[in-house]
Amino acid sequence: MARDTLTGSRIRERRSIAGLRQADLARQVGISASYLNLIEHNRRRIGGKLLLNIAEVLGVELSMLTQGAEAALIATLREAAADAGAVAAEIDRVDEFAGRFPGWAEVLAANHRRIASLERTVETLSDRLTHDPHLAASLHEVLSTATAIRSTASILAETGELEEEWRDRFHRNLNEDSLRLAESSKALVAYLDESGETEDRRGAPQEEVEAFVAGQGHFFEAIEKTGAEPDELVENAPELTSRAARMIGRAVLTRYAADARSMPLAAFRAALTRLGQDPLALAAEFDVDLAAVFRRLATMPQGVLAGEVGLVVCDASGSIVYRKQIDGFALPRFGASCPLWPVFAAFTRPMVPIRRRVSQLGRSAMLFDCLAVAQPVSRPVFDADPLFQSTMLILPVKGGAPPDQDVQPVGSSCRVCPRGDCRARREPSILNEGF
Amino acid sequence: MSRHVLLIEDEPNIIEAIRFLLTRDGWRVDTHCDGTDAVQVIEAAKPDLVILDLMLPGKSGMDVLRDVRGIPEFAELPVLMLTARGQSRDRDMAEKAGVSRFMTKPFSNAEVVTAVRDLLAQASRP
Repeated sequence: MARDTLTGSRIRERRSIAGLRQADLARQVGISASYLNLIEHNRRRIGGKLLLNIAEVLGVELSMLTQGAEAALIATLREAAADAGAVAAEIDRVDEFAGRFPGWAEVLAANHRRIASLERTVETLSDRLTHDPHLAASLHEVLSTATAIRSTASILAETGELEEEWRDRFHRNLNEDSLRLAESSKALVAYLDESGETEDRRGAPQEEVEAFVAGQGHFFEAIEKTGAEPDELVENAPELTSRAARMIGRAVLTRYAADARSMPLAAFRAALTRLGQDPLALAAEFDVDLAAVFRRLATMPQGVLAGEVGLVVCDASGSIVYRKQIDGFALPRFGASCPLWPVFAAFTRPMVPIRRRVSQLGRSAMLFDCLAVAQPVSRPVFDADPLFQSTMLILPVKGGAPPDQDVQPVGSSCRVCPRGDCRARREPSILNEGF
Repeated sequence: MSRHVLLIEDEPNIIEAIRFLLTRDGWRVDTHCDGTDAVQVIEAAKPDLVILDLMLPGKSGMDVLRDVRGIPEFAELPVLMLTARGQSRDRDMAEKAGVSRFMTKPFSNAEVVTAVRDLLAQASRP
């Protein structure tokens, strides 16, 4: 139901608030009760003098009846209903609900936004507590030192006759441990403070590279325009502090440079205009493999494509070696991802491009078309297994899927996925444990 | 002869504090700080009770416990596991592996001494 047909719902709501019966209002504005009933159920359009008269009788501004809930509110309510698994018939009446009960609708929408925000927080914290080796080690260090201090202090306080040698030793231990606790606490606080700006947090080499690439918007102008060498860019990147990060960064940029050479920016943009965002057509145009086109699409500067796209590249172990985030498709920072992602399914049919329409549960149920292909990344060698990588392009679907569309529900990782009956579940979800 | 406790923990000042407490309480305490050869140390020492840290260098306390329980001689050996990780999942895993008691850090001295006394008393009952 279109939003501009909601005037009837708002009339009905305002009439109820005013305590008027349908027949009373109809009589006062000179129409039949049955006609008003049709109007109130949005089955008859209304405007002009009749609407003015109704507003006057109801004692409200005309705009109160003509300007209802905003589109964003309706969209949020739809998300809330979809996440809660509301029946289709009720989702169809979301406009009417928002029109009749704008206050309640806003409460519901605000709660849904709050839940989504808390889920993201839970996801981030759980992800880190479960898989972040730095945080786990820091917490272990703090707790172990606190234990040593507690035990030693208790001995000193509670042991009446303590030999001098033991007393001196425990004093020394206490001093050492208090210094250690101070240092490890400071380090932990610094780590947590820094990670408050989640996207900027450095830690593992892979994260340094991700921060470096994301900081450039996944687009390297120096390579595109002047053919700058990856080595030079890596050496001049302050984000890449460790040797391992520089090595990974060099590999990422070398591949980027190769893609840029085989699909020069100007030519690629022209091809996009001519062929659209069709990866197969683009691969044929530039005589490159599909994964290269996926990567090239994901590294286009802002404004070139119709919208944002995401990218995931993983090796055969399932480890994500490159990723470009996209809103609505959560990628875990640490640990294993959802095995139902098409990027993993592609490994079951190497060299065969696959396309799946997916929706991540527990979020705003946005739809994405995921295009994936797994292919060898090493040169053939006799008697040696080829090294494979799988590349997945993530394209948001605008406007939602038709009811009969086959949509594969996927998650971010088992730990934060609410889907209870998943055949791919590895471990219980904390979202089912009372969160 | 006093009952024998083997403490396997890599934090030196925790070792020192627990050793002091248990020695004062009448136990003979040996210590070890590495998971790698912890099973062999237990086999050689044949203690009456083991206090085992979960996070050890070389081999986790959980793996040590599983290996120890696989040796018939130590099927009933009281094992008190210490950990800085209080997650219920760790506790469940330790119980499945055959831990006698699970204690999360930071703990009080009295808790440790009481746990050791209780476990050895239970083990002594026919």
